[in-house]
Amino acid sequence: MRDLSRRGFVRLSVAAGGGLVVALQLPGCGRRREGIGLPGGGPSPATDVASNAWVELHPDGSTTITVGNSEMGQGVRTSLALLVAEELDLDWDRVTVAQAPNDPEKYGRQSTGGSASVRSAWEPLRRTGAAVRQVLLSAAATSLGVPASELETRDGSVRHPPSGREVSYGELAAHAASAPLPTDAEPKPPREWRLIGREGIVGVDVDDIVTGRAEFGSDVVWDGMLYAAVARSPAHGGSVKGYDDSKALAVPGVRKVVEVKGTGPDAHVRSGVAVLAEDTWSAVRGRDALRVDWDPGPHGGESSEAFSRTMRQAVSGPGSVVVNRTGDPDGVLERADEVVDATYELPFLSHATMEPQTCVAEVADGKVRLRSPAQTPDWSAGAAASALGVDADDVELTIPLLGGGFGRRLDPDFSVEAALIAREAGAPVKVVWTREDDMRHDFYRPCAVHRFEASLGSDGYPEAWRHRFSTPAISATYDPDGDEEDWGVGEGTGTATMLYRVPNRSSEYTHLPCGLTRGWWRAVSTTHGIFARECFMDELAERAGIDPVEYRLHLIDTFRMDRPKPNPRFPHDPERLKGVLRLAAEKAGWGKDLPEDRAMGVACGIDHLSYAAEVIEVSRSGSGFRIERVVCAADCGPVVNPDGGRAQIEGAIHQGLSAALGERITVRNGAVREGNFDGYPILSIDRAPREIEVHFAETDAHPTGLGEPALPPAAPALANALYRLTGRRIRSLPIEA
Amino acid sequence: MIELEVNGTPRRLDVPPEMPLLWALRDRLGLTGAKYGCGIARCGSCTVHVDGRPVRSCVTSVGSVAGASVTTIEGLSQDGSHPVQRAWKELNVPQCGYCQSGQIMSAAALLDSTPDPGDDDIDGAMRGNLCRCGTYHRIRKAIHRAAEMAGEAGR
Repeated sequence: MRDLSRRGFVRLSVAAGGGLVVALQLPGCGRRREGIGLPGGGPSPATDVASNAWVELHPDGSTTITVGNSEMGQGVRTSLALLVAEELDLDWDRVTVAQAPNDPEKYGRQSTGGSASVRSAWEPLRRTGAAVRQVLLSAAATSLGVPASELETRDGSVRHPPSGREVSYGELAAHAASAPLPTDAEPKPPREWRLIGREGIVGVDVDDIVTGRAEFGSDVVWDGMLYAAVARSPAHGGSVKGYDDSKALAVPGVRKVVEVKGTGPDAHVRSGVAVLAEDTWSAVRGRDALRVDWDPGPHGGESSEAFSRTMRQAVSGPGSVVVNRTGDPDGVLERADEVVDATYELPFLSHATMEPQTCVAEVADGKVRLRSPAQTPDWSAGAAASALGVDADDVELTIPLLGGGFGRRLDPDFSVEAALIAREAGAPVKVVWTREDDMRHDFYRPCAVHRFEASLGSDGYPEAWRHRFSTPAISATYDPDGDEEDWGVGEGTGTATMLYRVPNRSSEYTHLPCGLTRGWWRAVSTTHGIFARECFMDELAERAGIDPVEYRLHLIDTFRMDRPKPNPRFPHDPERLKGVLRLAAEKAGWGKDLPEDRAMGVACGIDHLSYAAEVIEVSRSGSGFRIERVVCAADCGPVVNPDGGRAQIEGAIHQGLSAALGERITVRNGAVREGNFDGYPILSIDRAPREIEVHFAETDAHPTGLGEPALPPAAPALANALYRLTGRRIRSLPIEA
Repeated sequence: MIELEVNGTPRRLDVPPEMPLLWALRDRLGLTGAKYGCGIARCGSCTVHVDGRPVRSCVTSVGSVAGASVTTIEGLSQDGSHPVQRAWKELNVPQCGYCQSGQIMSAAALLDSTPDPGDDDIDGAMRGNLCRCGTYHRIRKAIHRAAEMAGEAGR
């Protein structure tokens, strides 16, 4: 894509109804999990190959931009369209956005995750836009018979100021389609941006959302469609031994009952029994009337209590693998007069997207048709093809809006399951997951235990730092035979990768074997690692008698450990981390006198290549506390859509606080106990922060993602604030359990 | 056969009376604006108005609303011009949008009963409407803004 001399990547043609079609063909589209970029939970590899759009410039001056990434509330349909509109000088009010079907040949990497969309699209979309704008300028020069240097572009037209003449892009189609594409078109310099960074951009789907017209996955209706509800093995890894469907078939509206064979780790479809009916309610009633005999499988004896004991045992001595080590932490700790030793524990978390999983599928004449709210269209379609034994080209997958994603919809299980059921149904099927189905068959944020032991020098700063931690590795869910060292590197993102300078430092990991499927939960491993690390930093600062902001600023330094290798295009920059920490502290009024019933806490971190620091102010309220104010400073380079960017940060803060305050998934007999919002309380408006302030550092860097990075500091900033308010350290989450 | 009025139009439904109103609206009447989120009245995504009052349609049987007047997000205004809808757009409230029909219906009902709500009124009326994307901060502002808009229109 960067090499526009390879003409095959951009094709211009005249649309059937007039107008100009710009088709983008991208090389090296990511297949399967590679596209997620997070197999170990670590930072995504930078890639030039982006998700992409194609553009239709209509004769009336309006434009349709097709976006290849999935919209789950992060605003990708708005931000990617803005990049195209900026370089093409389109009239934003006359841009409509269309959603691409799964077609990596045309749209490149469509997997939507790892806070990667804007980062990946930034160069190719702008460069392509700039090249097409050049083509339009030369086409206009020919058409108007004037030098191109006298022309300018604005709001979807080329204008010739000397003569006052103007021609819309769409009218230039015939000339433009035959013009050569320039190879040297440069994107606009920032001072010429009119749309990038503009305030007041409203999301392109907001009109449809506030009127109820927006189509989410669960709203899809196909002619002759049946509704399916599925009884899945309560124990993860269990299977159907036998079932009696007589009572289910007696429920009015129920048409059919089919068994669903579980798949392996390629798709993680659970073994179960599906009830197909004329409407959702009948399907669920039928499902509830099934009598299924379950084989609990190899993990049927597992429990949260045993997981906790095993992880705590693991961190009581050397880990099974060393993620990294420098100097002689063991020796220094051995000789130290005093060792600060703290252990932090966090639970499994559920994604709890407001829209439970769902997918509509039809299998007919050897073809599979899916309409799935998937974050990974390519992986999902490919996994469905494998499961059904059809050619990948025979699976068509289109994408409605996603009712939240947060990483849950990266997994192809719900799409593949729908395809398997549809094959047996003889009709299109919408598989409807109840909340309980969704919460009990998720891919959970792993539970985790982190232990830190540190000794301080006479200046109060750490001389030795030993980190021992244990989790059920995410990657082991997908590749149970993988390498534990690799798992440790992924799970240690945010801890083993920290920028705090300690001369003798190590990180040791022990994987916890576990039947519960784990997955990528917004911000992934940093959600537990940064919590533990930032709480421990506050404990050390207190021991040293140094202000926690100053303590961190003094220690933030270049990463010098041998592993993991820094991302070559986006190595962590200590100055940017210090920058957001200073900015958040300044904007929050860190250090000012507070009333006796108020306190502030701070935390910072790097996640998905962006930088965030948060200061949280809490107050005593009755017997508890209230979160008064959150001040966040973030550095993701240039911000394409500031209001959308702020929304992402506000959302990440809410989700981080939600987990800290009340979320916990527990396991008994290999099954998840919590099933709904009564047992798994997510944040509600009355507990949410009254004020959230977002400040962007706006450094001159390549943009990086913003969907996840503001999440990890929220919980430790809250815990550190509460310590200052109450004198009680919080070393396990959720706080209110 | 159950008769009721939906968004101003008389409708007849041939469903068991115990079917939740949510599924009758969504699967039988094709009104998919109200969403399923929990099925136990703990998330508010399914909120609709019955005779002007906000109810959780996932636990409200069709039989119990026979003869009543039901308003869904599709019927809140003809063209998205209800003050709550306008304020939601102005403040760019939605992220994924899935819970927003329910949020808007709860907020509209709040403003009907309490035209100028304080923050505690908002907490009380809205705490049963969950949002996973974290739009609460904007919802609060948008309700205050909608109250202002409705006040201006009423003057």
